[in-house]
Amino acid sequence: MSSTTAPSSSVAAGSADASGARRNSKRPKYSRFTQQELPACKPILTPGWVISAFILVSIVFIPIGVAALFASRDVVEIVKRYDTDCIPLSERNDKVKYIQSPGNKTCTRNITVTKHMKKPIYVYYQLDNFYQNHRRYVKSRNDAQLRSNGSSDDVSGCSPEDYSNGLVIVPCGLIAWSLFNDTYNFSRNNQQLSVNKRGISWKSDREHKFGKNVYPRNFQNGTLIGGAHLDDSIPLSDQEDLIVWMRTAALPTFRKLYGKIEQDLQENDVIEVTLENNYNTYSFNGKKKLVLSTTSWLGGKNDFLGIAYLTVGGFCLFLAMAFTLVYLVKPRQLGDPSYLSWNRTPGWR
Amino acid sequence: MPGGRRRKLQLSKIYSFRCGRSSFQEDHSQIGGPGFSRVVYCNEADSFESIIRNYMDNYVRTTKYTLITFFPKSLFEQFRRVANFYFLVSGSLTFTPLAPYSSVSAIIPLIIVIGATMVKEGIEDWQRKEQDVEVNYRKVRVHRNGGIFNYKEWKNLRVGDIVKVGKDEFFPADLLLLSSSYEDGVCYVETMNLDGETNLKLKQAVEITSSLYRDWMFGDFKAVVKCEDPNANLYSFVGSMEFEENQYPLSPQQLLLRGSKLRNTDYIYGAVIFTGHDTKVMQNSTDPPSKRSRIEKKMDHIIYLLFLILLSLSFIGSIFFGIWTNEDHQNGEMKRWYLRPDNSTFLFDPRRPVMAAVYHFLASLMLYGYFIPISLYVSIEVVKVLQSIFINQDIHMYYEETDRPAYARTSNLNEELGMVNTILSDKTGTLTCNSMEFVKCSIAGTAYGHAFTEIEGALARTKSNGYNDNELPKVVRSSSVKGYNFSDKRIENSSWVMEKHADMIQKFFRLLALCHTAIPEVDEATGKVLYEAESPDEAAFVNAARELGFELHKRTQTSISLHELDLVSCEKVERVYQLLNVLEFNSTRKRMSVIIKDEEGKLLILCKGADSVMFERLAKSSGKFEEDTREHVNMYADAGLRTLILGYRELEDEEYRNFSKKLNEVKNSISADRDSLVDGVIEEIEKDLILLGATAVEDKLQNGVPDCINKLAQAGIKIWVLTGDKMETAINIGFACSLLRQGMKQIIITLDTPEIQVLERAGERPAIIKASKESIHHLITRGKLQIDRSLEAFALIIDGKSLTYALDDDMKDEFLLLAIRCSSVICCRSSPKQKALVTRLVKAGTRKTTLAIGDGANDVGMLQEADIGVGISGVEGMQAVMSSDIAIAQFQYLERLLLVHGHWCYRRISTMICYFFYKNITFGFTLFLYEAHSLFSALPAYDDWFLSLYNVFFTSLPVVALGVFDQDVSSRFCLQFPRLYQEGVQNILFSWTRILSRMFNGFFSAVSVFFLCTTALELQAFNQDGQIADRSILGPIMYTCIVWIVNLQIALSISYFTMIQHLFIWGSIAFWYLFLLAYGAISPGLSTNAYEVFAEALDPSPTFWVTTLFVVVTTLIPYFACSAIQLRFFPTYHETIQ
Repeated sequence: MSSTTAPSSSVAAGSADASGARRNSKRPKYSRFTQQELPACKPILTPGWVISAFILVSIVFIPIGVAALFASRDVVEIVKRYDTDCIPLSERNDKVKYIQSPGNKTCTRNITVTKHMKKPIYVYYQLDNFYQNHRRYVKSRNDAQLRSNGSSDDVSGCSPEDYSNGLVIVPCGLIAWSLFNDTYNFSRNNQQLSVNKRGISWKSDREHKFGKNVYPRNFQNGTLIGGAHLDDSIPLSDQEDLIVWMRTAALPTFRKLYGKIEQDLQENDVIEVTLENNYNTYSFNGKKKLVLSTTSWLGGKNDFLGIAYLTVGGFCLFLAMAFTLVYLVKPRQLGDPSYLSWNRTPGWR
Repeated sequence: MPGGRRRKLQLSKIYSFRCGRSSFQEDHSQIGGPGFSRVVYCNEADSFESIIRNYMDNYVRTTKYTLITFFPKSLFEQFRRVANFYFLVSGSLTFTPLAPYSSVSAIIPLIIVIGATMVKEGIEDWQRKEQDVEVNYRKVRVHRNGGIFNYKEWKNLRVGDIVKVGKDEFFPADLLLLSSSYEDGVCYVETMNLDGETNLKLKQAVEITSSLYRDWMFGDFKAVVKCEDPNANLYSFVGSMEFEENQYPLSPQQLLLRGSKLRNTDYIYGAVIFTGHDTKVMQNSTDPPSKRSRIEKKMDHIIYLLFLILLSLSFIGSIFFGIWTNEDHQNGEMKRWYLRPDNSTFLFDPRRPVMAAVYHFLASLMLYGYFIPISLYVSIEVVKVLQSIFINQDIHMYYEETDRPAYARTSNLNEELGMVNTILSDKTGTLTCNSMEFVKCSIAGTAYGHAFTEIEGALARTKSNGYNDNELPKVVRSSSVKGYNFSDKRIENSSWVMEKHADMIQKFFRLLALCHTAIPEVDEATGKVLYEAESPDEAAFVNAARELGFELHKRTQTSISLHELDLVSCEKVERVYQLLNVLEFNSTRKRMSVIIKDEEGKLLILCKGADSVMFERLAKSSGKFEEDTREHVNMYADAGLRTLILGYRELEDEEYRNFSKKLNEVKNSISADRDSLVDGVIEEIEKDLILLGATAVEDKLQNGVPDCINKLAQAGIKIWVLTGDKMETAINIGFACSLLRQGMKQIIITLDTPEIQVLERAGERPAIIKASKESIHHLITRGKLQIDRSLEAFALIIDGKSLTYALDDDMKDEFLLLAIRCSSVICCRSSPKQKALVTRLVKAGTRKTTLAIGDGANDVGMLQEADIGVGISGVEGMQAVMSSDIAIAQFQYLERLLLVHGHWCYRRISTMICYFFYKNITFGFTLFLYEAHSLFSALPAYDDWFLSLYNVFFTSLPVVALGVFDQDVSSRFCLQFPRLYQEGVQNILFSWTRILSRMFNGFFSAVSVFFLCTTALELQAFNQDGQIADRSILGPIMYTCIVWIVNLQIALSISYFTMIQHLFIWGSIAFWYLFLLAYGAISPGLSTNAYEVFAEALDPSPTFWVTTLFVVVTTLIPYFACSAIQLRFFPTYHETIQ
């Protein structure tokens, strides 16, 4: 049903000439716009349309699904939960007390590589039930202070971690204060596996959000120690752990990049992880996990996308077939005039 | 001004001046008292007394705002809307620490939205202002001093000024007529702008001042006028003038109202009495009652529903928040230590969790503000204005002959046009043209005129029950002369002289040429004589007389000159008749007469009038034609023609002298019953008339009326005709315009039964009322029974008298029950008030949309009472148009207005509103879901600016395009399948099921977007470099999905894709990407989390694109599949047509 200019418009155009002689005529000017006769396509959900749309979706979706699934399957991911294991059996009754007490909390775990892992291997820590997206938490930072030395005295919004003994804290705020402070050391066959902690943050953060001449001051000096300490001699732009941590997670369960192992790991390699279990997730029952993972073009391991694509693609194929069947079995002519008889009393209420 | 223009004889003696002069004497005692305190010093506007009174100047302002009041007033108007007020409050709250987002981002959309509305208001007001300026700067001649008149602008006119107004000029203010170019100080005034009546009204100055007819005479004119205060009553004026130490009473007869026009008079002098807003016309101008459409009222309910959702979501959130905050710090132990609950702010203080919950409640009220579409009102307003422009611009609703396009005076009711259930229509001028055509006549018992009237044609068509028009006689127009459609060989071309009763025929047409108040005007270009008549009937008579050889070519105040064919010599001769008296027409007399003296000195009274009054005034001796004529008159009435009986009598000199003396006596008497005395005198002379014959004029049906009514009936719209006509005429017209069809059963409710008539003659009112009620009740009950038993269509016909009883409280419900079950209803002989009452009854009784259509001042009540008033800008002036909501030139355009524009607008607005709620629920609910995952801490999922620009930029234009341009089917199909219209009448597209299903769809979309996005991005690396999708990435991804989904959703809803739709839809999506890019490129101090998010994180990552594609398509599939299934199995009507 393409749009055709109504035949009457030509008549109208003719009479326009006739009335042209009369000046100041209030006759509306004819244009396809004002007469609402602009050329237009009028998409209707014809069977053909519906079926081809479904088929198109499935044609696009199934290959993407397959590719995504393959990508996800290629990724090797090892997850090791250690929050409970790293507490001595005797202390497990009161984990919070243990974690808050001073002393060495080193703990060693072994990880067996299940599959060959190609470098770079990304090391993550995963926290659970940690609401980095709490409004109070998210707002408790001062971007200006982080960015330039000039505004290092600006601690607005950082309360209560704004001043320590009357001195300005750099970086201020709850986020920085609660910086994650577990550390991991990897060794394979008693050979140290170096963890590269450079380049784990976003480049724009390093270069534009965290100043090169902003140094930590009075950090973790207060009575209540939150998380990690920072080296006062290293500018914030190089404190990549902090930068990663400061980019708050979207959801209460999240991973954060710890570093990269720039060596391949072979199948059945046993990796010994020496970790310092300092961070308190016990008071809010949060799990802590260590994650080693490779990446694909699609990122880390998550079968969901691939499976979902395949499911939806398949479902569309099914719908397409179902519709084809229905249309074949019981065709209905669109625009069938018999549907429009006045005598028919349609089911209006 | 040459003195020759002034007549010797005084016009006032000829006219009987029946109206206007009566009963003002007693009012004059009130002058000077409260309400009558105005004192005007004529010609002394500069004097001390005038200045201290400080009357209003003549500047007229019709604008809503002035420069100063514009801001406060229009802002106030804006914030009266509950949604806008909510946004204002929440906008102010963002300045407190409660706010989940920055105050600037919250205020800017509000400013944009309010600003847009104010700009619209401003433009509209500016246009009014320009009109004002045009009027206020018109010029008029004003007396300076020493008898010199100079031009002055209207706005500078002051009370007391003496002005001189020329022919065809408007009066600049309410003036006291002092004198005119006529010696006795009369002038003609056209009051079309005031009351819609086209006939000229006669005004007369007080005798004492009427001698001042030259400029210089006003050099030392002084007078003091004391009169009533400004008021809105057009027909009253009480005052007195002190002139040369004498008091003269003043009446409306001397008052010339602003807005009316001087006609047929060369000039007048007048003193300004009321200026500017004190004038009667300005006092009368009230704002048209503002009507709101049903859809908008329902929309308010939806907004309340959304507020309810908003409140309950906030409440749920606050409870959880309170519980969780309370947990954070118990027994000195901190649970979520990273929040420092031991040292918290008031917002999150675990020691006072209840207060924290209350604060959270306020914060989340702000956050969930996105459930309420902030741009809804402004978008709807913009859309409606554009729709009105389309209505105004529609070339198919432009009427060439009067040069009038359709004109939507208010844009509020566009969609209401698509929901009309009942049309209440006036007849004369609405269904018919109100231009009379002389078609037939019966002279001396012989019927002349072969023309086949349209109504007869239609009747014949319906009776033969066929559609083969070809076989039936067509309506033939025999003449190109307006108002004349007479053809009969026996009469035309002077052949009437050969007829048997040639002398009667001569007298007949001479009467038509003489007995009237029309004024001939010779068109200098063509030499043709045109007539300016009080009513279309009169014009038709004079035209007919001219065409048949009795040309009225000159009328002086005292004589009428005819070019007429001499019966003996068969040559055209000029005859001059002396006009002695005009006994005017009025609705109680139902006749008019003139008394003339012909060239032979014979005195004649010529009389024409309605059959009901004329037959009883005929002389007994004229019986020979009476029966024939009666028969003819009935025949004409059946054919839907309006008839008049003509008669004459020769007067004896003696008799006339007596009459003249008596008439003058009673005219000059000042008793209260002066009117009835005058009537009595006239009655005496209008008797024993000799019957000449009868005329029949046709009030032609407008073009296309039957077709239009047919279409509207097919569309399921009920049509009621409310007319002042006789029942027979009304029924015939009903047949002619296919309102009544053969095979329809007629239920007639009338009090014209013998029993009632007997009672009426007996004259006992209580008995009459009782009997009438019983009889009507009986008829109604019987009618209902008839309908119950039969499946046929019924038509109800009721006359005005019965209607009076039927509209009584105790009977109106029953009457309505009966009426709504009939497919057509005709109310005959109904008064304007009854029209309005019937309208109210239908509106209140059916709770459906009513549309009233009419053209005259008598329809105003009906137009204002109905949900939509449509005025016909026709012959009867502008009164109906001024009080209507939409004006069209012809009844037939109603079809297009309702079936095409109404249908489209209804569809557009309802789809648009549903969509608005859909898109905001989609957006708002993701906010809720995200907040639920952040401990209900009122943290928005998106950046502040994403939030605030959602409604304004990324989703607003496509929906406006939908509202303005969408068409489900083309106009041709709308007209071809009127049944489509039922969608609006039954309100299918805006039913609660549809609204709620749209809302549910929004809810589903939100859930889908949120969970699919979070699951897909979950924990794992987001890109090949191992980075994680954090809060600053998840937000834009979800937002991208939403922008795509809501825009594609509208693409799925649109059934008419022009370039504009494409541009807006794809443009909005593209704009979002551009915005993200641009926003990310500005300094991180401003863009914070969004800094380089697209360029650095999203764009290079395949996950972003793959996820977006998946989420968007998956979210839309259910809707798509549902619509396909619904289309396949349960098609709606328009879908069938598509």
